Amino acid sequence: MRCDFADSLLQGYFDGELSAPSAAEFERHLQHCVHCPVELVDLDLLRERLQLAQLYEAAPASLRKKIRADLGPVEPTTAMPQPLLWHWLAAAAALLLLAIAGWRVSPVLRSDDYQAELAEEIVDAHVRSLQPGPMNGIASNDERVVKGWLDDRATFAIPVRDFANEGFALKGGRLDVIEGRSVAVLVYAGPGHLINVFIWRTREPDTSARTGSRQGFRWVDWRKGRMEFCAVSDADPVELEQLRQLINSSV
Amino acid sequence: MNDLDAEDRLRFEQLVLPHADAAFNLARWLLRKREDAEEVAQEALLRACRFFHGFHGGDARAWLLQIVRNTCYTWLEKNRPMELSVEFDEELHLQPCPTPETIAIAGDDRERLSRALETLPPRFREILVLRELEGCSYKEIAAITSIPIGTVMSSLSRARRQLYSALTNSNHKEAIREV
Repeated sequence: MRCDFADSLLQGYFDGELSAPSAAEFERHLQHCVHCPVELVDLDLLRERLQLAQLYEAAPASLRKKIRADLGPVEPTTAMPQPLLWHWLAAAAALLLLAIAGWRVSPVLRSDDYQAELAEEIVDAHVRSLQPGPMNGIASNDERVVKGWLDDRATFAIPVRDFANEGFALKGGRLDVIEGRSVAVLVYAGPGHLINVFIWRTREPDTSARTGSRQGFRWVDWRKGRMEFCAVSDADPVELEQLRQLINSSV
Repeated sequence: MNDLDAEDRLRFEQLVLPHADAAFNLARWLLRKREDAEEVAQEALLRACRFFHGFHGGDARAWLLQIVRNTCYTWLEKNRPMELSVEFDEELHLQPCPTPETIAIAGDDRERLSRALETLPPRFREILVLRELEGCSYKEIAAITSIPIGTVMSSLSRARRQLYSALTNSNHKEAIREV
């Protein structure tokens, strides 16, 4: 049995796409309907299964290679490899912001205005990250150097470990500001992908891993020892999980 | 093939190429085969590059995915026209023949889910992929698939119901197989 709302408002409500008045209307309906709450639970279970199954299939390296070959050689420009690295990281930070904002706001009752505002902020951050300019970071594969740099600037001790032997070489560290607070970022080079690990202090209890993807980037978030970690990359989910376990067991 | 000047080329690499994964993922689920997806995603990216002059800011991912989608449908029309006319069909669901790999991971939920997803008609499959795997908003889905937002909502509803029923069906079948 399904109710008349099931095809329209229920989906929008579940996806957090209703305007505040429509969501309120639907919540009034939920108080009386016997079918919709069940359907919401089913949708939630289905989404969780889809998430856990990690169906997202990233492009094989050969595709990127072919595209670059098709595009032809790059004419020398002013772009240097180092700034590009940091710009990429800033772009990842913008995506992380999106992910964080997504958790903060409950998936229901997200108003259109809020979404527009959020989208604007993200796009701005992304565009900013593509502009040339100085970045606040240190490029080094020496854990002590990176830790020293971060400890001088962050308000808490950052656990910095190099996992080069396990396939994740430390590349550097950086400070970023997300939602108005300072966040430490560790940069690792996984097999073929850069991975950013954002670390900030939290008062919340430890949690297991939560994962998700956004615009082709995947993230895994967890809390341990009064710190929250979020690793973001376009790497294979398996790689992210390996790095997560390495970091988790070192904290 | 290099119609872009250096500045556009750099912009293309910064704005569009990061979405190569999204392009491949959508193509993979629309075409159901990785090899075909790679070929078509490559073609779509090159088309995107050729018409990059026409892109004036905005959502680069949605822009690219629109091109990927259209390229996929054109490819399907040419190579597997039958698939476009197939509505949800339980027979299709029985079709994938078990390879040693699929037998080995028959208990794997990932395999079950992807088989179920592949039985949906392409129009429902793509909407689920965009929403659940790519995390697109309704507005983005509407832009990519050129359908009104209201239709996005009702299609999602039907797509999710069909996926659910395909999954129940596969559980049922597996239970029979085990017996």
